[in-house]
Amino acid sequence: MNERRAAILFLLPALAVILLFFLLPVCASLLLSLTDFDLYALADIHNIRIIAFRNYSELLGNPLFWKALVNTLYFTVVGGPLTLIVALATALLVNTKVARWKPLFRTIYFAPVVTTIVAVAVVWKYLYHPRFGLLNRGLELIGIAPIDWLGDPKWAMPAIILLAVWKNFGYTMIIFVAALQAIPEELYEAARIDGANALQQFRHVTLPMLGPTFVFVGIITAIGYLQFFPEPYVMTRGGPVNSTLSVVMLMYEQGFKWWNMGYAAAVAFVLFLFIAAATLVQLKVQRASK
Amino acid sequence: MRTSAFCLLLSAFLACTSRPAQQERLKFWGLGHEGEVVAQMLPEFTRRTGIRVDVQQIPWSAAHEKLLTAFVGEATPDVAQLGNTWIPEFHAVGALEPLDPFLARSTIRASNYFPGIWATNVVDGVVNGIPWYVDTRVLFYRTDLVPLPPRTWSDWLAAMRHVKTLRPNSYAILLPTNEYEPLEIMAMANGATLLNAQGTEGDFHDPRFVEAFRFYQELFLRGYAPVLSNTQVANVYQGFRDGDFAMYITGPWNVGEFRKRLPPSMNGKWSTAPMPSPVAGAWPGTSMAGGASFVIFKASQKKDAAWKLIEFLSEPAQQIRFYQLTQDLPAHRDAWNAPVVANDPPLAAFREQLEHVAPLPRVPEYEQIATAVAEDGEAVVRGRMTIEQAVADLDRKADHILTKRRWVLARK
Repeated sequence: MNERRAAILFLLPALAVILLFFLLPVCASLLLSLTDFDLYALADIHNIRIIAFRNYSELLGNPLFWKALVNTLYFTVVGGPLTLIVALATALLVNTKVARWKPLFRTIYFAPVVTTIVAVAVVWKYLYHPRFGLLNRGLELIGIAPIDWLGDPKWAMPAIILLAVWKNFGYTMIIFVAALQAIPEELYEAARIDGANALQQFRHVTLPMLGPTFVFVGIITAIGYLQFFPEPYVMTRGGPVNSTLSVVMLMYEQGFKWWNMGYAAAVAFVLFLFIAAATLVQLKVQRASK
Repeated sequence: MRTSAFCLLLSAFLACTSRPAQQERLKFWGLGHEGEVVAQMLPEFTRRTGIRVDVQQIPWSAAHEKLLTAFVGEATPDVAQLGNTWIPEFHAVGALEPLDPFLARSTIRASNYFPGIWATNVVDGVVNGIPWYVDTRVLFYRTDLVPLPPRTWSDWLAAMRHVKTLRPNSYAILLPTNEYEPLEIMAMANGATLLNAQGTEGDFHDPRFVEAFRFYQELFLRGYAPVLSNTQVANVYQGFRDGDFAMYITGPWNVGEFRKRLPPSMNGKWSTAPMPSPVAGAWPGTSMAGGASFVIFKASQKKDAAWKLIEFLSEPAQQIRFYQLTQDLPAHRDAWNAPVVANDPPLAAFREQLEHVAPLPRVPEYEQIATAVAEDGEAVVRGRMTIEQAVADLDRKADHILTKRRWVLARK
């Protein structure tokens, strides 16, 4: 009994913080999503009406929401796996025995993660500049016509994905490096004795041993990418022609630009459902593969 | 004993801090480039009045949300620059100080301003802002392709036909399909009000709107205007130089851009003219009133000092100086008589036009309705909707967007 009381005592501060800063706001915004809290409510609090699920039904009928959802899925489905592949490749590189100055390379690859997105955006805007950008200069050298990276609705999303992958892969890489180092050397030794070449060792030893790590980084990356916002916010403001508008961006614009707080809260809850669903699917897949 | 010592210390501290506070400090939020250059004009204001001004520069793209959040967080500045289409919204939430009492004892007179521009600041009969600089749209045209600027819509059609016969593979006019402005300007020129008088319902079925919409559609049907959105036009200046189109409805910022971006060979080959009117004798046709105004926030503790700043920046001399710094057209009529403005030929059309401008409907929701106008305008031009369908759709969308406004007004 005493022990249990002590355990509760130890948990209490954390629980209090979660209650105060997570559960309460979540409940408040759930209630908010059932009201029409908007600009007029700022003028007079009595201008709020409870409208049940009308925000949700209007949201589902809003083509802009579907556009934002498709954009968000595009970003996640393309950007997520790309990030994992780049992260795994660099993790393998900085982890090979022949590699020198490993800590230096780890730091270099990790640096974008800790750099503020605003500073990154300034540099990348230069890179993407249609006339003077490094990227188009490079394309010019190999005879490809310049691309208006951030101004062309077709290219804006790939440009944003490229930036996001570059900015985020370092974090995943560090996790992969840690997982790679945890694989016992004996397994590789045994594989070599059985005559496995490097590719076979990777296929049958490294990949299976990284399984749980894949699930973890997969979920973390998917959650992060489904909430993508800072990249379009600082680079394109959702444009051109809404081609980089994300669900969180839509929520931000509804909430803080137009002050449709009830509607914005509904967007937040729909996004939450999507993230929860994506996480469940990934966990199911992992369990099925075991 | 200890508390009295503390009080003594506190009062000494307050006495010390209150002295520099006698020199008032105003907080001023300026937007974009204007916020950047206005700082150069303020030392003279401080010299004259002893009031210091802290200018905070806010990018246009973030301004609307910053101002709203500041209002909610009770952190508004004393004075700010506000795009005049935002005034109805900030008036609706009760953020703005009514300026009528200040005007009653001031050198600023409504009669010094263009009536349509002044009207953008008046919501529900209350003056909310004082115009700082103004903006409207006129017709830019190539003098070699359009010898005489059109004065009526039938002249206009004739001029476009003329361009088409000269250059069958080019277009007569550029009307980017994602812009609502050209269509709304034509509708306003034709007398349409877009919303009903109370601003509670769409009035797009109004025959005057329908007629203007038909005229707009015809320009595309006859091949006078290309079915292109802004993003599909790679370079407007290049297109204008090459004669891809001969006319363009745009604003004062493009006077400077045309000068900067067109080659010297184009000098004297382009000009500006006020908008044509639907019928003879009504020239120039109405265009839309734009620009930015000064507002004072209700929460400000230094409203008198704030008003002094507005008076200072509204003086014709300061308006001229501001024009020289920014190329933003002055709001005060007297500033237009200054040689730098009066002797600049492309600006003459703007001056004439500014006497014939009208505000867009002054309801907080209008920006959303304007977006719908652009969408349905494009659908008609691209043949996805008939005009009848578009008009019915616009009325329905406007009524839906204004639902809450109707309810709030009904409660009052």
